[in-house]
Amino acid sequence: MATGFLEPLLAAASSSAVAGGDWLAGVRERALRQLERDGLPGPRSEAWKYSSLRALGQRRFEPGDAAAATRNVDAGLLELAGVDAPRLVFVNGSFRADLSRLPSLPGVQLRTLSQELQEDPDRLRGFLDRPHADAADAFARLNTVLAADGPVIRVAAGSVVEPLVHLVNVGASASVDLAWQLRGIVEVGEGASLRLVEHHVGEAGHEHLGNSFSQIVLRAGARLDLLQVQDSPESANLVRRTEASLESDAHLELRSIEAGARWMRHDLAVELSGDRSRFVSRGVFALHGRQHADTRLDVRHTARDTSCDIVWRGVADQRSRGIFHGAIVVAAGADGADAQLSNKNLLLSDQAEINTQPVLEIHADEVKAAHGATVGQLDERALFYLRSRGLSRAEARSLLTLAFCRVAFDSITNAALREHIDAMMLERLPIREDETGQEPASP
Amino acid sequence: MLKIENLHVRIAGKDILRGLSLEVKAGEVHAIMGPNGAGKSTLGNVLAGREGYEVIEGSIHYEGRDLLELEPEERAAAGVFLAFQYPVEIPGVNNTYFLRAALNAQRRRRGESELDSMQFLKRVREKLAVLHLKDELLHRAVNEGFSGGEKKRNEIFQMALLEPKLAILDETDSGLDIDALKMVADGVNAMRDPARAFIVITHYQRLLEYIVPDYVHVLADGRIVESGDKSLALKLEEHGYSWIAERKLAGAA
Repeated sequence: MATGFLEPLLAAASSSAVAGGDWLAGVRERALRQLERDGLPGPRSEAWKYSSLRALGQRRFEPGDAAAATRNVDAGLLELAGVDAPRLVFVNGSFRADLSRLPSLPGVQLRTLSQELQEDPDRLRGFLDRPHADAADAFARLNTVLAADGPVIRVAAGSVVEPLVHLVNVGASASVDLAWQLRGIVEVGEGASLRLVEHHVGEAGHEHLGNSFSQIVLRAGARLDLLQVQDSPESANLVRRTEASLESDAHLELRSIEAGARWMRHDLAVELSGDRSRFVSRGVFALHGRQHADTRLDVRHTARDTSCDIVWRGVADQRSRGIFHGAIVVAAGADGADAQLSNKNLLLSDQAEINTQPVLEIHADEVKAAHGATVGQLDERALFYLRSRGLSRAEARSLLTLAFCRVAFDSITNAALREHIDAMMLERLPIREDETGQEPASP
Repeated sequence: MLKIENLHVRIAGKDILRGLSLEVKAGEVHAIMGPNGAGKSTLGNVLAGREGYEVIEGSIHYEGRDLLELEPEERAAAGVFLAFQYPVEIPGVNNTYFLRAALNAQRRRRGESELDSMQFLKRVREKLAVLHLKDELLHRAVNEGFSGGEKKRNEIFQMALLEPKLAILDETDSGLDIDALKMVADGVNAMRDPARAFIVITHYQRLLEYIVPDYVHVLADGRIVESGDKSLALKLEEHGYSWIAERKLAGAA
């Protein structure tokens, strides 16, 4: 499928010089050929069944932003309450040292892909040299071809990084629509631990396509607490891919909040490849207007006594559309696996749509697994209860909807951060204005 | 304050109230007693504005306004309060947050200034003491994990905080042990006021030993079939509800 979308992007790739040596040129060349051959996934692609790429495939985006280094960005966009420590800021896919804060911290390297490609590209080979043989992974291929920057974070074995590290991806307005790429790498060494916030924001009104691909490796006994806050403007398009691989006794704690973007897709692939590794996640998407959000989880248990505990919530109002695909695969030999997945959804309008698809595939013995998915509406009894105490219908709906979403973030211990997310979600929730034209309660 | 005339109410095609009339003046306490299925809870729900109740005949006027025209939240702001028979659990909504949001929503609607958190907490402390409720309940989600008695006391606590003009207590006594019953009664009695009225819906006479009513009405088959003073409650306790039915039959014969 040769499309208007890929043409200018691939043309740019062919003409750009590549730092990083022969192997990287080879990797990019391979991904480029794959894209030329397969194009974007079409209507028959199972992985893209609910997120048609037809409209996107006809749009044209400029490859990258030549002015990324100098664009003015509102400093307020970069702030996150309760988070004031190290910060790496990327604007339209390029690192901005002037907006970042990189204090020297023992045991952790906060670097960038562009820097590492110049200085020591071979360290990246294990991350960048991936086959992406599946045509459904078109955006991973595109990222491989074009991504030139992104955060590279390495925590040394045994180090406990105290401050919360803040990554900010900003989509900044430009005179044309851009397709920007970002490739992030996080490696937490043996027995080390890190807390990280991946924060997606942008200037209102831009219609860029962001393509952000993060790769995470947790060595034996490592722990990563990752909070993903997707708070992009509601005009933006965003494709994200998070790949994590956990060695023995590693622990990944993920919270994922999807509130922004007009059209967004998140592929989250976690491999529990070491014995006793554990993945815990709490996530939510809350959509309104004509937002479209497709979350695709793929958890693989490939070692013994591994566990995952996944709770995801979805809210769709007005004409929005939410998709949740949660697949758990327990490979042959991965005995003792414990896999739990729960996905509850709230439909707030007749015109909204939610598709949920839990998939459980078990090839091992002695496995404990449970999964369930529901789609429902707000509880009328609870609505009446709140209204009988004086809250308007709109206020009652907002409050109940927010309460439904809180599962994803009420366990955040940083109170300022938790309250910020609470306020952000309330702001994003569709039903804001009261029938009487009054502002909602703000106790 | 409240005037209900010839009220007929239907739920899912079934006639529940069939010509109920009742007048309540400020300062009065009215008890509504009656057997199960007589329509007692329907009356409370219709007054509070619950959906699904079809009024096919009759009227309800509250302080001169047509109550049936008002949304539940407008009734709340106008001073109508229903203590629920089955208070609803609302996970994820903090009790304090909810109460302050509710109080300030009512105050806004009435054109009054909102209470800031200091003023609100001062008010909360005063009311909590009266009901012997633990502070800790305030920090939990609304009614979530509350015992039956805690839920009912929480309803009365909300009433104390919101200071309604007309409070309807729908079987607030059911499921309460004697200590909790006394606390609920203390809470209600502390609020008795010449400007405030209560409708106490109950199946048993017991509560009325502690909340002494000015009037007792017997609701049967969707109508008030007998009214009297507090001695009527004692007669009912003694003879049971069948006594009313028999008297009606005797009267008709």
